[in-house]
Amino acid sequence: MCGIVGLHLKDQALETRLGELLTPMLVALTTRGPDSAGIALYGSELPEGRGKWSLRAPHEGYAWQPLADRLAAELGAGVEIRPNADTAVLVSEAAAARLLDRLGAAAPEVRVVGHGRAMEIYKDVGDPAGICARYGIAGVAGYQGVGHTRMATESAVTTDHSHPFAPAADLSLVHNGSFSNHATLRRRLADEGVAFQTDNDSEVVACYVADRMAKGDDLGDALRMVLKEFDGFFTLLVATRTQFAVVRDAFACKPAVIAQCDGYVAMASEYHALAALPGIEDAEVFEPMPEEIHLWSR
Amino acid sequence: MVTLSCSELSVTEINRTLRGLPAGTAVRITDPKGSHNLAVGLRHHLAVVVDGNAGYYLGGLCDGPDVTVNGFVGWGVGENLMRGTIRVHGNASECAGASSHGGAVVVAGDASSRAGISLKGGTVVVAGDVGHMSGFMAQAGTILVGGDAGEALGDSLYEAVIYVGGRVRSLGADARVEDLTDDDLLRVKKLVELSGFDHVDPQNVTRVASAKQLYNFDALKRQRY
Repeated sequence: MCGIVGLHLKDQALETRLGELLTPMLVALTTRGPDSAGIALYGSELPEGRGKWSLRAPHEGYAWQPLADRLAAELGAGVEIRPNADTAVLVSEAAAARLLDRLGAAAPEVRVVGHGRAMEIYKDVGDPAGICARYGIAGVAGYQGVGHTRMATESAVTTDHSHPFAPAADLSLVHNGSFSNHATLRRRLADEGVAFQTDNDSEVVACYVADRMAKGDDLGDALRMVLKEFDGFFTLLVATRTQFAVVRDAFACKPAVIAQCDGYVAMASEYHALAALPGIEDAEVFEPMPEEIHLWSR
Repeated sequence: MVTLSCSELSVTEINRTLRGLPAGTAVRITDPKGSHNLAVGLRHHLAVVVDGNAGYYLGGLCDGPDVTVNGFVGWGVGENLMRGTIRVHGNASECAGASSHGGAVVVAGDASSRAGISLKGGTVVVAGDVGHMSGFMAQAGTILVGGDAGEALGDSLYEAVIYVGGRVRSLGADARVEDLTDDDLLRVKKLVELSGFDHVDPQNVTRVASAKQLYNFDALKRQRY
């Protein structure tokens, strides 16, 4: 079991409230996933040529500023760092490959959780309410977010194994379910040069979507290929810088509810996670059909 | 009229209170906000109205009450119902009336996939459409669908019978369409009366029952349904 929530705002006036709205949604699904939780938040979009890097250190109180200074010197580029508990968001105009290379050499103990122009990722082991409080999620503004509460069934309970998985710029994926052919697809992707951080089955589908999109698929096409190639049970919520998509497998035995109104599109595993959203009583509430791609763009 | 608010009481407190009320009491449950397990396991007659949207297993395991929901419900409404009626004035999510032994689950909107799965003698009436694999392995009882049925309707049916007013997208394994008998007409008429879904014409429903080619449920030879 796991829980999924997502919010894709259409009304700009709600953007200051993104974290405030998403936090209780995530906490509502604690019963579906009490062992770890994570959230990808999209907002304060940087111009092309600059990127945000969501980093995680092995412990709180990590010396982020010396690392940022060293990277700035080595890269000859501006490097800002915003520490938050054991994580930090690093902002730089340095090219991705060079930055990753220098970061890996300077601080091999630091994990890159995700990157992009708009996306920041926070995830941890523990209960969702504690994790949201730790990173101050309720105070974050933005235009879109996806979150996950995990009850691990197939791989270890660690921060690395928790969702969202974000293997490409501004791409985040959360999954409720389990895949039965993920090892086969992992081997195939690995043979083609795709690198994995964990042995988690959901990471395989995230990397698969990233790989398809890198080869030219749009998000809808990539998800149609997921339906074709992945065997198992899944409700997936996938976000990019501009899109928000939900897809369920043919059996659709992992739940999903979508609420749509003028202000937002919201998705959750269970309706009660949506029940406190503003204007929910007038929203169109429906279950996404099996094997249909539900996709919204901004 | 007793009023119980989900904003003031936990689901456990509400169900405990319901269990302690004298038979015949009318109860209103307010502010349900999609809460799971409301009005479950009640073993006497109460008239319960839920004002709003409920979560999973609304009215499950009940043996007697009449529960009405002025909203939609989540998975497994009336799961394992023994007796009583559950009326939903909205849509129902998956597995409506799953495994119910008796009583009736009546849905005024659509029901999602697996409606009436593993039915064991209960009745499921849906005014609108039902999703895929509805009636899967249903052993006894009746399902009436006013609208269309999704894929694999009645897969691996036993003795339960399904009537569909609209189109059947596809039949499941070992399910077949059969001619309507006078008994069927009477049965559907009664369900239309019970539900009030008079858009269903008893003469114009499709009867789906087991073709009995995969039927392996005769360990008790004289078992009656």
